Amino acid sequence: MNPDQEPDADVQVQPELAVDLCGVPLATPILAASGCFGFGREMSAYLDLAAIGGVVTKSVSLEPRRGRPTPRMAETPSGMLNAIGLQNPGVEEFCRTDLQFLREAGARVAVSVVGRSAEEFARVAERLAAEDAVHLIELNLSCPNVDTPGEVFAAEPGTAALVTRAVKSVARQPVLAKLTADVSDVVAVARACVEAGADGLTLINTLLGMAVDVHRRRPKLAAVTGGLSGPAIRPVAVRCVWQVASALPEVPIVGLGGVMTGEDAAEMLLVGATAVQVGTANFVNPLATAEIADGLRAYLQSQRIASVTELPTLFKPER
Amino acid sequence: MTQGAPRRELAEVLLHRRTGAYHLLSLVAPTIASTARAGQFVGLQPGMNRPFLLRRPFSIHRVERHGPGFGAIEIVFDVVGPGTEVLSELRPHDTVDVLGPLGQPFSLPDEPCSCLLVGGGYGVAPLFFLAEELRVRDCRVDFVVGASTTDRLFKAIEAKRLGRTAVITTEDGSSGQRGVVTDPMPALMAQARTRMVYACGPMPMLAAVSRVAAAAGVPCQVSVEELMACGTGICFSCMIPMVDDGQRASTRMARSCVDGPVLDGAAIAWEEVAVS
Repeated sequence: MNPDQEPDADVQVQPELAVDLCGVPLATPILAASGCFGFGREMSAYLDLAAIGGVVTKSVSLEPRRGRPTPRMAETPSGMLNAIGLQNPGVEEFCRTDLQFLREAGARVAVSVVGRSAEEFARVAERLAAEDAVHLIELNLSCPNVDTPGEVFAAEPGTAALVTRAVKSVARQPVLAKLTADVSDVVAVARACVEAGADGLTLINTLLGMAVDVHRRRPKLAAVTGGLSGPAIRPVAVRCVWQVASALPEVPIVGLGGVMTGEDAAEMLLVGATAVQVGTANFVNPLATAEIADGLRAYLQSQRIASVTELPTLFKPER
Repeated sequence: MTQGAPRRELAEVLLHRRTGAYHLLSLVAPTIASTARAGQFVGLQPGMNRPFLLRRPFSIHRVERHGPGFGAIEIVFDVVGPGTEVLSELRPHDTVDVLGPLGQPFSLPDEPCSCLLVGGGYGVAPLFFLAEELRVRDCRVDFVVGASTTDRLFKAIEAKRLGRTAVITTEDGSSGQRGVVTDPMPALMAQARTRMVYACGPMPMLAAVSRVAAAAGVPCQVSVEELMACGTGICFSCMIPMVDDGQRASTRMARSCVDGPVLDGAAIAWEEVAVS
């Protein structure tokens, strides 16, 4: 990386948005984040799913899960808390219905996989191995809305590596490990996952948070605590992507956390992400994934940068 | 599907007025107005460049398809937080980002029949749109309009004008009968030979209305409310637990926003609904 290299002097053509993520070609680096796009069906009324970078599904477990009681959501300054609790129909029903829909829609699909044990993760990945409509697997090692802290596998390098290794032994698709910023050393967890075989890393999940209704003197969420998302967490996400990309420059990173605009996406890419996921923004604007890609293209044009893949090399960390 | 796909419109405020404790906003949103059906809702984003991001869902109170207000939709709200506070400051010619129409509408009877419309607080708002659709189909419409106090009644006088009959209830007895909306229901349903009950209001009221309708053997459609982030079916916040009918997806959960807000009152597992 040469931070003094100047952008291409004269870019007349449309900047290139296509990227390669772990061998999977994406039309744009902007994907829909897990848990913030359902299984894609509802958003197909607004968007051409084949034209966006990709869809990361809501997390899928081996058996169906009903999730948490309501209220599951509370708005907070520049963000929101959720405690959905991984509601999903289970991997069998997912493959039979939602995945077929995504295949027919022509979407690039990353399936978010969740489990209560390394074995459950591996069994879901094994079921997905036969599905050619699945292009990537993302391990949700970091959902804060779980029954025990022990299920946040990304809290420790050892448990994160254990799950990653178990999945890699059966997976046929490239595997991204999705990590949490709620640790003292995110680089250590990232390195453990890569050493266990992860093909890439997704940073970050929601941060564990809590909000209280002071008038009623009760938590706002039925589950008491929940995951904080939205622009409130973006600086934390940018910091994590930067730290991990600096320590592991060869490892593809997908950055997410509060990206609302093309320039927010550029921020993630500049500090070393290969691709960017958009989560909470989809709740406000169903067209967010497409409009953020447009915004990124406009940013590249204004900066006279020919391809989005150049962004990580153009960052000047010294100020 | 007869209803159109939802659209995002930057809507101009045509009119903003107070009615009792509530605010009524009339917005120029011609695409939404032309396709919306009674029971559907819109998501208003009050927070562009503000610390709160999410849209607020509001039932459509009325649409204007003729006359000088052509292309307008009306919504009703109460100021309950920072989002509705911002909306309460909207003035004519201001613009607001609106997404809609969202959700499933009320199902209308195939044949003319007698319908009872039960609304609590400003939950009665979408029932006026419904009453107009039912009257076009030559249905008899009766109203029960209730609230805790007189100032929290919404357009009770207009209900009297639109319905064959309209019973008003207040919990403090300051208007109409003292009590709740379910009190007059059994006698009214017998007298009007009600064949369909439609209800909108707080969840405990909807549970009670569903029970009374079921006891009389009359189907009941309720428009539910649950906190939602998106309104488009992707966040899974606004879940309603449903009874097991052997058909429903493995989770037995319905999303208020895309599976509802109008649901069959008899299909909801009311004992599992969190009452806050």
